[in-house]
This record gives sequence, structure tokens and C-alpha cells, in this order.
Amino acid sequence: MCQVRLLVGTRKGAFVLTADGARKDWTVAGPHFPGWEIYHLKGSPADPNRIYASQTSSWFGQVVQRSDDGGLTWNAVGNKFIYKGFPGTHQWYDGTAHPWEFKRVWHLEPSLTCPDTLYAGAEDAALFHSTDGGASWSELAGLRKHGSGPAWQPGAGGMCLHTILLDPANPQRIFIAISAAGAFRTDNGGETWKPINHGLHSRYIPDPTAEVGHCVHHMAMHPSRPGTLFMQKHWDVMRTDDAGESWRRISGDLPTDFGFVIDVHAHEPETLYVVPIKSDSEHFPLDGQLRVYRSRVGGEEWEPLTKGLPQSDCYVNVLRDAMAIDSLDSCGVYFGTTGGQVYASADAGDSWQAITRHLPAVLSVEVQTLP
Amino acid sequence: MTSVVQVVRVELPASLCLLATAPRHVDVSVKGLVTQRSILDALDADYPVLRGTIRDQTSKLRRPFIRFFFCEEDLSHLSPDDPLPAALGQRSESFLIIGAIAGG
Repeated sequence: MCQVRLLVGTRKGAFVLTADGARKDWTVAGPHFPGWEIYHLKGSPADPNRIYASQTSSWFGQVVQRSDDGGLTWNAVGNKFIYKGFPGTHQWYDGTAHPWEFKRVWHLEPSLTCPDTLYAGAEDAALFHSTDGGASWSELAGLRKHGSGPAWQPGAGGMCLHTILLDPANPQRIFIAISAAGAFRTDNGGETWKPINHGLHSRYIPDPTAEVGHCVHHMAMHPSRPGTLFMQKHWDVMRTDDAGESWRRISGDLPTDFGFVIDVHAHEPETLYVVPIKSDSEHFPLDGQLRVYRSRVGGEEWEPLTKGLPQSDCYVNVLRDAMAIDSLDSCGVYFGTTGGQVYASADAGDSWQAITRHLPAVLSVEVQTLP
Repeated sequence: MTSVVQVVRVELPASLCLLATAPRHVDVSVKGLVTQRSILDALDADYPVLRGTIRDQTSKLRRPFIRFFFCEEDLSHLSPDDPLPAALGQRSESFLIIGAIAGG
């Protein structure tokens, strides 16, 4: 019988949760790296036993961990993230030029085909690449140096590169997103990049339709339709059907379209999930009711999913990398909260159970569907 | 003079003990002048996983929330190449690497 493995990064360590295909009874292992912030863990699609983790600390900096046995044991690999050439400057909060400074890795994205190849999204925003299992890293500097880099400015959460989407149909094409610069695309393996923010409208920047400066919170893609992307922006849920050349708003009847996570059903490319959050100043669900919203028609029309989720006095947040979807039939949907709960649905969102309730604040959730 | 090797006892913060699978106190062999740089270089050589956790990988400067204490003195603001007290080589006291206090 198949197995499902959840990789949960928290403010104080990593946890690995496992269950069989029924996804009812879960075993929790951890904390791994106790006391450290684990921004993200992700397994290699080419070798599920190969898992990478971003371990970070305001005191002790960045460590990258690698497991070759499905998360049972770990070894630190390379943590030398050096900006290529003269690092240059970006805008600081006060508008002055500020030198690029590496702070942490927000997101690790293993290659779809090679376990030793992966990408790391960093704060201050940059994309790094490793082809030796994380032992060494080099920056794909064309992103920062494509022209608008000096104008990028951090949001309150820092200037992080948090989303990396690899096109399964075109190995040369990568999409990334940065807070608060926007979305970018390369069509030549990371050598050159272009902003892909046409159609985004952000009231919180001087020119609401500027080429860069949009606070993208997360993006998602279904592998069967790599030209279609879904985006949860600071406000607004958006989609593009032309690989980012133009975006349109699909918030529709959502009660609020602020939020962080967005994801796509494993087998239905037009079925989406978001967790609406009240506002940019009140990072918790509307009316204290934790609700996942699902659209089965690619946006605009949304239904609240509430069965098994707290419908009163719930004031947690669900952060940008804290939702994942397995590939079983029917697909499982998972998300973690800043209150330390991890919720799972084994029926594509129709009903939910808390599979663990008392972890540290959850930063990220990824899932592996194992044979 | 520079070929002299002195053994310096270093006390690590708990998080770095976990990372390096090291005891709280480790002895490192320092060649030549005992300075912050020579102590930390020796520590990095013995425990490569600690590279970048005490000093920034690029600047090689002390990370902002790290402090160095010895015999109840804060050495954090000395130049990395300033000679440190001779008593460091006697191992009766440790060179303390401390993570700054955080509330909340």
C-alpha cells in the first residue's frame, strides 16, 4: 500500500509525518534540528528519499541539510551563498540604496529529473543553483541584474525569493516570485529573466500597474498545464494562461482575497485552493472561522470548505509555503498554521482533520506520495 | 614565534553543539598568535559544519547576534586580529561563544 510523507518546517525544527494511503492515522517524527527555523523542506521528484531542508537562524545563519534516507538521518551540505560579482544595491525601506546581503533560504526546489540538482530562493532576493547535491551553490545572477533589481524594495517580511516553479515541459523555463518585486520568468535556464507582472494591480505602490514592485505571496502550477499559473498576491487572486504575459483577477466571490497560500488539485487543473485571510493588517481568518476555499472552475466561483475546521475563535495564519497536495486518488490536501496545527483532507478538501495540533508555528508543508 | 601551537578551550552555544554533534567544550589547536580569527579558523577546520554560523561567509566578520567572552570580559568588539589574553592558552577558562539573549 502506498505511503504519504509530510515534510513540515516550523519556527523551531522540522517534523516528518507519515501515514498510509488512507491518511487517517499519522506518525509524527521530530523535531529535527530543534531550536532552528526550518523555512522549507522538499523531496526530490527523481528520488523521494533525497530531501533537502533549509535550516536557518538569526543568530547562526544558514545551513542546508540533506537526507538520503527519506528524512531519517541528515547531513549538512554547503551553506556558502555568495552573490555573483559586485553585489550592487536594492532599495531600502527609506528609499536609499542598500547593498544586497544574504540572510536565509526561503525555498528549495529540487530538479524534476536529477536528485543532485536544485534551486534555492534567497533573501535578499536571489536564485542560487546547485548541481552537486547542495555541496556548492552559484547564483543565477541574470535575475538580479536584468535591469529592475536596483528598484526592488523589501516588504515587511523581507525581500525574499519564495516561489520557484519548474516547467515540466520545458527545462529551460523557470518561474519565480519575490516579495515585493513580483513574478519573473526565464526561458533559457536562468541566464536572462523578464518581469511577468502585466495585469497585476497593487494599490500600495505609487504606480499600481508598475512593471515591478508587486507583493506576490505565492504561485502554483498544474504540471499538465505549465503555461497556466495561479497567484495569491498580497491582495487579489490572479491567473495567467500565457506563461505570465498577462494576468487577470479571479477573486470572484471570495469573502476576502488577501492571503498567502494557493495550490492546485493533483488531477483537476482547474480546481484551486486558497485560505482567505482577513486583511494585510489582520493576519487571521475572517470572523475567526478557518475556511479553505475551493474553485472547481479555475477561479471566480469559490466554495467554502469547513467540515472539520474550527469555525469559531480561530486566529491563526497560514503562511505562503504551508499548503501541499498529494497525488493519490482522491488527492489529499494539507496545510499548517502559525498555531502549530497541521490539517489534512483525504477527500480533496471536502472534510478535514487536525493530524497534529501542537507544533511550533508552521512555516512550510510539502508532501510526498510514495509507492 | 608564529610556529607555536597553543590549545584553546572553546565553549559552544547549545545550537551549535547540536549542529556539529560536538560537546559543549572543545579544544582547538591554534597556530601562532591567539586571536579571534585564529581560534575561529581552528574551530572551522575541526568542525567544517560550523563555517558561516559564527562569522559571515562573505565578510568573515562576527555575526551580529554572537558574542565572545573570556574571563568575564566581552571581547566581541576587538579586531579579529587583536592578540587575546595569554591565559587563553592555559585552558583554565574557556573562550565563550555566546548567542545574544532574546526575549519573547
